[in-house]
Amino acid sequence: MRIVVDRDLCQGHGVCESEDPEVFVVGKDHRVEVLDPSPPESRRSSIEDAVRFCPTGALSIVDD
Amino acid sequence: MTIDTGRRLPDRVSGGEGETGHLEELRVDPIGLMNRVRTECGDVGIFRLADKDVVLLSGSEANKVFFRAPEEVLDQAEAYPFMTPIFGQGVVFDAPPEKRREMLRNQSLRDKFMRGHAAIIAAEVEAMIALWDDEGEIDLLEWLAELTIYTSSACLIGPRFRDQLDKRFATLYRDLEEGTDAIAYVDPYADIESFRKRDAARVGLVELIEGIMERRALEPPVADDDRDLLDVLMSVKNPDGSNRFVADEVTGMFISMMFAGHHTTSGTASWTLIELLRHPEEMALVDAELADLYSGGDEVSYQALREMPHVESAIKEALRLHPPLILLLRVAKEDVECEGYTIEAGQMVGASPAVSNRLAEDFPEPDAFRPSRYLDPLEEDRNNPWTWIPFGAGRHRCVGQAFAMMQLKAIFSVLLLDWEFELAQPAESYRNDHSRMVVQLAQPCVVRYRRRAVARNTQGAGS
Repeated sequence: MRIVVDRDLCQGHGVCESEDPEVFVVGKDHRVEVLDPSPPESRRSSIEDAVRFCPTGALSIVDD
Repeated sequence: MTIDTGRRLPDRVSGGEGETGHLEELRVDPIGLMNRVRTECGDVGIFRLADKDVVLLSGSEANKVFFRAPEEVLDQAEAYPFMTPIFGQGVVFDAPPEKRREMLRNQSLRDKFMRGHAAIIAAEVEAMIALWDDEGEIDLLEWLAELTIYTSSACLIGPRFRDQLDKRFATLYRDLEEGTDAIAYVDPYADIESFRKRDAARVGLVELIEGIMERRALEPPVADDDRDLLDVLMSVKNPDGSNRFVADEVTGMFISMMFAGHHTTSGTASWTLIELLRHPEEMALVDAELADLYSGGDEVSYQALREMPHVESAIKEALRLHPPLILLLRVAKEDVECEGYTIEAGQMVGASPAVSNRLAEDFPEPDAFRPSRYLDPLEEDRNNPWTWIPFGAGRHRCVGQAFAMMQLKAIFSVLLLDWEFELAQPAESYRNDHSRMVVQLAQPCVVRYRRRAVARNTQGAGS
């Protein structure tokens, strides 16, 4: 599983950080930073919530 | 003679032969005009606004070009001349794109502040309801416009500032919103009644805020944790000790911070309630959902952040049918290609939520109020990201969307738990006033309220 961020769409709301603070951090610059771009399967549920509730639809999961 | 074969220009819509083009039609029937552009010209067509061409885009492909373009290509700054006299010089649109991006990222809209905002909003609704009798009537426009002045000032500027406001602020604010006649595209300072009222209202708001600032200057300083944005702005000093920001600038900042979330939220709350009252079967679903959610005595500040599928779908459907912004505008800073047509540098470019939200190919039975279209498996909002656009899309998507949805959920939690409503006018008589660029509900827009015989939850809603 890989996390892909569309930088054109991210506005830094920080919803992803609320869903999974171990994978996503939104700093003062309002840019999301993905701490673990290829996270383990065990985090899938919270990451799917982050993708689903992102207000701008900037996140997606790619299964290689 | 040379023939330029490399460029295909969009067609022009019929009408608009006069000096100001389609301006008059835009002031009377903007949605009719924009639908005609699509019917006659397709996804890319032109109408004339005073001396400017507006290339109106619709449909998924064309909207994608609009919403994906960076600010340097499709610019907002010159697109809304009717806002400059309201905000004042130097505020929001009078700054370079990069700077504006920073300013628009309002810290208080971040996810981690939402729960505190929800508690504030619930308390504001309670405070206004406390003035009600057991039954009576409210004018939706007036009641919700006042409520959302209090909620947005409390959440975005701070409770201390909100406590120093009263109905005068809301009344003046509405005069600002009504001073958005499209005549501003000819002259934003034209000598017409609504612009005179707009300018007088801005002067009145500056006086109110100047008064608040003078009173604060005489008070002892408050603890750091209690400081609001006004305290922070007043603490910034020039080298000579005077305030860096005078009342006029502070007022401009506050007006602009509150503007995007005010008439939009108040109009959406109104339309959600009206549509639910027009469709009792949908109201029953919403009522049941809220009764169930709050049966455990949770507070609104907790539940308003959680999923409420029926409430959210009703709000989304009200937004789709009655988008508060019907025409989003930019100015092309360079030539842009769109579906084989060339949009020329200098032309205005528009996308219309009112048109795109009702495309039958994306939204079956487009004129019907059908909240179930957002539920699994249809999810027509997620599946049409470039045409379900009440909040815009792409990089300019409304930064207040999450705040707005939370606010609306909090408002309906408090309103519908203990109160019943009914239309006080014929169902079809509720409509929007499109004579201004800022769309508002046309008055009269009265509904009746009555306290429920058995309050279903006193603890949760009373938080």
